[in-house]
Amino acid sequence: MRWDWEAVGDFMPRFWDGLLVTLQALALGALLAFALGLVWALALRSPYRAVRWPVAAVTEFVRNTPLLVQLFFLYYVLPEWGLTLSAMATGVIGLGLHYSTYTAEVYRAGIDGVPAGQWEAATALSLPRVLTWRSVILPQAVRRVTPALGNYVIAMLKDTPMIFVIGVMDMLGQARQFAAETFLTVEAFTVVGIAFIALSFPASLLLRALERRLVR
Amino acid sequence: MSEITPGLWELLLKGGWITVQLTVFSAALSVLVAFAVGPARTHRSRLVRFAAGAYVEIFRGTSALILMFWIFFVLPMGFGWQLVPMWAAVLALGLTYGAYGAEVVRGALAAVEPGQLEAGIALGFTPGQRLRRVVLPQAWPEMIPPFGNLLVELLKGTALVSVMGVGDIAFGAALVRNATGDSAPVYTVVLLMYFVLAFTLTRGMRVLERRAKAGLGQDTGPSVADRFRARRRAAAPPPAPAAVTGAASASASASASAGGER
Repeated sequence: MRWDWEAVGDFMPRFWDGLLVTLQALALGALLAFALGLVWALALRSPYRAVRWPVAAVTEFVRNTPLLVQLFFLYYVLPEWGLTLSAMATGVIGLGLHYSTYTAEVYRAGIDGVPAGQWEAATALSLPRVLTWRSVILPQAVRRVTPALGNYVIAMLKDTPMIFVIGVMDMLGQARQFAAETFLTVEAFTVVGIAFIALSFPASLLLRALERRLVR
Repeated sequence: MSEITPGLWELLLKGGWITVQLTVFSAALSVLVAFAVGPARTHRSRLVRFAAGAYVEIFRGTSALILMFWIFFVLPMGFGWQLVPMWAAVLALGLTYGAYGAEVVRGALAAVEPGQLEAGIALGFTPGQRLRRVVLPQAWPEMIPPFGNLLVELLKGTALVSVMGVGDIAFGAALVRNATGDSAPVYTVVLLMYFVLAFTLTRGMRVLERRAKAGLGQDTGPSVADRFRARRRAAAPPPAPAAVTGAASASASASASAGGER
């Protein structure tokens, strides 16, 4: 096998740029997924069918179709609807929207897991609905599901390279361009592959430690 | 702006067939990998355990798309192995989802009651016999739901191969978009195609789970037909006592089937 350390050195500056873009997309996408997922989870508990059914249908559909195609859809169709966004913004929306359908399930399980006594106590204290959610149910539900949410952040990390298809220069985008210009394909893609393991393995170890502390 | 012509529809359908093939072949490879690596993580030899653990961490740790790029571009340039795009894609998908499947297998095997294993030892079964005759048949129904989820993930993962120029549904979508210049209809159709495939997989796995559980004499809950009959009974204006005895006999037979064989 041909391996050129000099090529790795040449690739490094671009690699750092790409890493930064990947991490930004991940962080923003995760924030969006956390927020939207909570919205879906609450909407799915709405007393109104007219709210519950459309949300259930949309989340089920988004969860069962490929992120790659959704990214293409957003990238090409949003401008046709008069919403022209940068590739990065489109990528973040795609990632966030896709993963929000997973986090919605996580929140749902977390909310279901709050003991019934907590609801009864809130009713007994005649707390208003909003206050019941905000200060009794959600703090307990979110604490329980933090590790599960973390798992989805790791899964998302491994899906972020997909945003290169709409032209975002993330790690994979940089590696592809570098390989096209210099033909040093082996080094570029190997460095990126190792970077993903180097990010996801410690993250999953950290998560397991967190899980032991939070969920007992 | 132009319509999707019959020729373009054909392109999408051909892509659909490629996607189905990719899913079937990669799923077969994943299952092989899962059943090899999963039990290996509980092997007596520390070396085997370590190797299996390393496999899972490495292939779960990398992105499927990165692995695909590696298999497509690095294997030929670095090692001189050139695979047909379809098989390179199957290899990348199968190895990635096999690593996830291995964890499913390991978890399901671990969930079988220790007493069952001890009974196997007491009967003088060899480790292979214990696995084949005692542990696996009981672990199998546990594996089916997570395998079903993985299968849907795998189906969605096959869209990645379009980036490598394999002519699956997602690739067909790009071609049709170029031909018609109109994105919304084609991507909507393509998303629907994936959804229908995923839905079919989910339903199929549910049937499989029901059969596997029934084979062990476990309660599978009311079937679709049962639920339909129950709804009809509830809808009909019945004389009250008849409805009560009907419900009582139904619950009695359900508990009998749950209690049997255990």
